[in-house]
This record gives sequence, C-alpha cells and structure tokens, in this order.
Amino acid sequence: MVSLLDIIGPVMVGPSSSHTAGACRLGLLARNLVGGTPERARIELHGSFARTGEGHGTDKAIAGGLMGFRPDDERLRDALEIAEREGLDYVFEKTTLDDDAHPNTTRITLERGERKAVMTGASLGAGRILVTEINGYKVEVTGSYHTIVLIAEDVKGSVAAIATILAEHEINIANLRLTRKQRGGDAFMVIEVDDAPGEGVRDEIRALPWVRWAFRLDKVSA
Amino acid sequence: MYRSLADAIRDAEQQGITLARLALETEAKDQGRPVEEIRAALHRALGVMRGAVDRGMTGDLFSASGLVGGDAAKLRTGPPGPLAGTPFRDVLARALAVQEVNAAMGVIVAAPTAGGAGVLPAVLTGLAQARGIPDDAVVDALAVAGLIGAVVAERASLSGAEGGCQAETGAAAAMAAGAATEMLGGAPAQVGHATALALQGTLGLVCDPLGGLVELPCVFRNATGSAIALTGIELALAGVEFKIPVDEVIDVMGEIGASMDVRYRETAGGGLAATPTGRRLARERLVQIKKR
Repeated sequence: MVSLLDIIGPVMVGPSSSHTAGACRLGLLARNLVGGTPERARIELHGSFARTGEGHGTDKAIAGGLMGFRPDDERLRDALEIAEREGLDYVFEKTTLDDDAHPNTTRITLERGERKAVMTGASLGAGRILVTEINGYKVEVTGSYHTIVLIAEDVKGSVAAIATILAEHEINIANLRLTRKQRGGDAFMVIEVDDAPGEGVRDEIRALPWVRWAFRLDKVSA
Repeated sequence: MYRSLADAIRDAEQQGITLARLALETEAKDQGRPVEEIRAALHRALGVMRGAVDRGMTGDLFSASGLVGGDAAKLRTGPPGPLAGTPFRDVLARALAVQEVNAAMGVIVAAPTAGGAGVLPAVLTGLAQARGIPDDAVVDALAVAGLIGAVVAERASLSGAEGGCQAETGAAAAMAAGAATEMLGGAPAQVGHATALALQGTLGLVCDPLGGLVELPCVFRNATGSAIALTGIELALAGVEFKIPVDEVIDVMGEIGASMDVRYRETAGGGLAATPTGRRLARERLVQIKKR
C-alpha cells in the first residue's frame, strides 16, 4: 500500500530518489543483517544502477547507508571518504542479474566479524525499496515496517510460537509470510510488525531450538 | 490510499468534503496514525521545500559537474520577458531553484521523486505567495498532491528508469496541477481535469540526463513541467474539461513508459544525453567529478 508520506517525501539529500535515497535505504537495511557497520562490503550494481549510479551518487548512498547514515544526512556527499577512514573496506562491481530483475537492483555481500550476509534489493522509485532475496531465500521486505526475518526447521506450531513471543511483548503483527523450499525443508518467515521489536525479542526467537537464524530489520521508510 | 482518482473524486463529492480532507483521513486510517500527525509531517515537508527555494535563489550554488546552477537567480535579477511581474515567472524561478539545490546534493523533498522535486514547491509556494494563501491550505494541497501521486504509483510508475521523465516531472506536474486547483477553490472534478490536462502534456517525455546525472535537462524540465502544471490549473479553473478520464490518462502514461526503449529510461543512452554535445559534456564533466 502506497503511503501519502512516501509520495511527499522523503526529505533527502539529492540528486535522485531512486539512485540516492532508495540506494541509501538498501544499505541501511543490509547493515541490519550483520548487526552494524560491516568490515567488508562487495556491492554489485545492475541495470541503471550500473550505468548511471556514479553520477547519481549511488555508490556514496549505499556506502553511507551501510554506515547507518539516513537519506537526509548531508554526510552522504562524503560517504566514500568517511568509509575509508572508518575502516569499511568496500568494492563496487557492475553486474548483470536476471532479466526480470528491476533496473535499479543491487546485490550486497557483507562481512562483519563472524557474520556474513547476502542481500538483493531494488529501488522502485520515489525512495521506495524492495528486498527480494536474503541469503538465497526469496523474500519481500519493503522497509516500511519493522521486520523480523528468520529461517526455521519446518516444525508444526512454529508460527504460533513466534506469534506468542510477539504478543507477550505487545507487538502487533501487520503482515506475515511463510515460504519454504520443500516440504520438511527450511521455512523462511518474514514478519512485519507495527512496533519496534527490541533485541530481547530477537534473542527469544533465536533461542527457539528450531530457529536457525533470525534478523531484526529496522524500518527505513516513512 | 486510493488506486483510482475517479473513486476519490466520487467519494469526496458524495461526502461533500475536499479531496485534501479525504486524502488525510484515508492516510490516517491506512497508517493507524492521527490526521494531525500526518499534517505535521506535511508541514515539515513544506518547511524543507521553502528552505530549498530560498537556498537555490542565492545564485552561488553549482552541481558537482558544474553543468547546472545559478539560473534561478537570473529570473529574479535578469532582464524582463513577457511574464515579468507575474506569478508565472516566479514559479519558474522557484522550480529552477529547488532543482539546482538537488543537483548540488542539497536537502530537498522528493515529491514524488528528487528529479521532479522542483515542480510541486514551485507551483504551490509560488501561487500561495501571489494569493496570500496560509500554510495550512498549502499543507492541504500537499495532501491532494500525495493522493494523486499515490494513484500514479499504483497505476503507472514514478520512476524515470521505468517510465521516463513523464513518470517524474510529468507526474509532478499532474500532482501540482490537481493540488493547486483545489488550493485555489476548484471542486474535486476540476482537480481531476487539471491533473489530466497536465499529464497529457507530458506523455511520452523521455528521461535523458547527460551522463546519467540528475542535472541537465532535469533542472529545466522542472521549469517546463511547472509551466504545464500552470496550464492545467488555468484551464481547469476556467471550466475546461479533458474528455479522457484522468485514470485512463495515468494508465496510458504507464503503458507508454513500459514500451519506451531502455535508451530513454534514465540510462543516458538516448535523447539529449546522446547528442554530440551531450556526450562530450558528459565525458568532460564525469572526469571532473572523479578528480574531486
């Protein structure tokens, strides 16, 4: 659902809502997957991102997002210099993804300590984004909500157990999607919630014996 | 938010309310937030828009490549043309100003996108200034603009990479035309006609920025987009009706965008970007950016 404040907004550093603000938000979301500013980042750019990204500051915006800068942060202008100073070892590569990939797509591979993650996402225009893949799993994360993503063994009652944890923390579920690659295989859950879940919620979910991993993605849009 | 402007106009007429009120109440319901919170966010956006207009008028701001900048101030201080002394000239100056700020990586409100960010502040703050319209009414107009933009996002596209410049400055002109028409006293149906009249004038417009930079022609497209918005407003308030329903005009904008060659969708592969001078300037200026 399109929000009026997505259209009249975001307040942002120019010059492009898709190539600068949306790119920054993709970096912000990706950063969550490794729990902070990564030490190493490989950023692949596809389509229009690859062809015109440099002129639009797409590289600065993604690097800035990875360091936690928001789209209206004037430090984005100098993000590459700041990244070098802060020890974020980045590399940008032009690539060609699937034919059905959105023209403004990036695949970001991150490392921070022991943690590694790969995220593919697109900037849809007007600063709106869509994350389409995390660590090989197809997802749909818009960043319009606080989101919990997790991989679990395909056990009965898993949805109920997680809903109970959220309810105990008085967190309301807005949307829930469950996918699995095969019956009895790993199940992938994307849960969009109205209230920001604390680290405690994530830790409780992670403590469930059948949960392989869980991430909390902070909301990055209006 | 609504997926059809015709539905929104019908609901506003049936309830006897403005499209602004309908948009704000719908957004409040959709997001589970009070109307006042949404109005407050739009007030903040208006403040940023005004800040960008003022910043861009100073005439000392240039983009990283140096391709654009300093032109908004010329409309304030340069020799008069046929529009001298009219709100029209002031609106053109404001559109250039905001877009020059954007090109210089300054802070703007993407409405609907950064590439088309000059049109809405130019038309709304320019006309509000000329007519002494209070900020609360301008905020209402921003809500109407948001409603129109949301419908365009659902039915067509707001991305130059998907739909060409018609999806950015074209959509911005449509939003500004509808929004200002209500701000100046137009009825919901007139808002629909103003929106359609503006959008029809930008159908097929390609996205062809030199070197892929949101600079040239983007800065000037915001000025011409504002002129098209003013045309829609003037015609609709005079009672002119556009015979193709506004939702169908939006749909066809999406169709044209989808069938547009990739050269014309923000790839710098066609249009002005591919002219001999366009290519030469892009080459020279991109080298300059890398040196910085």
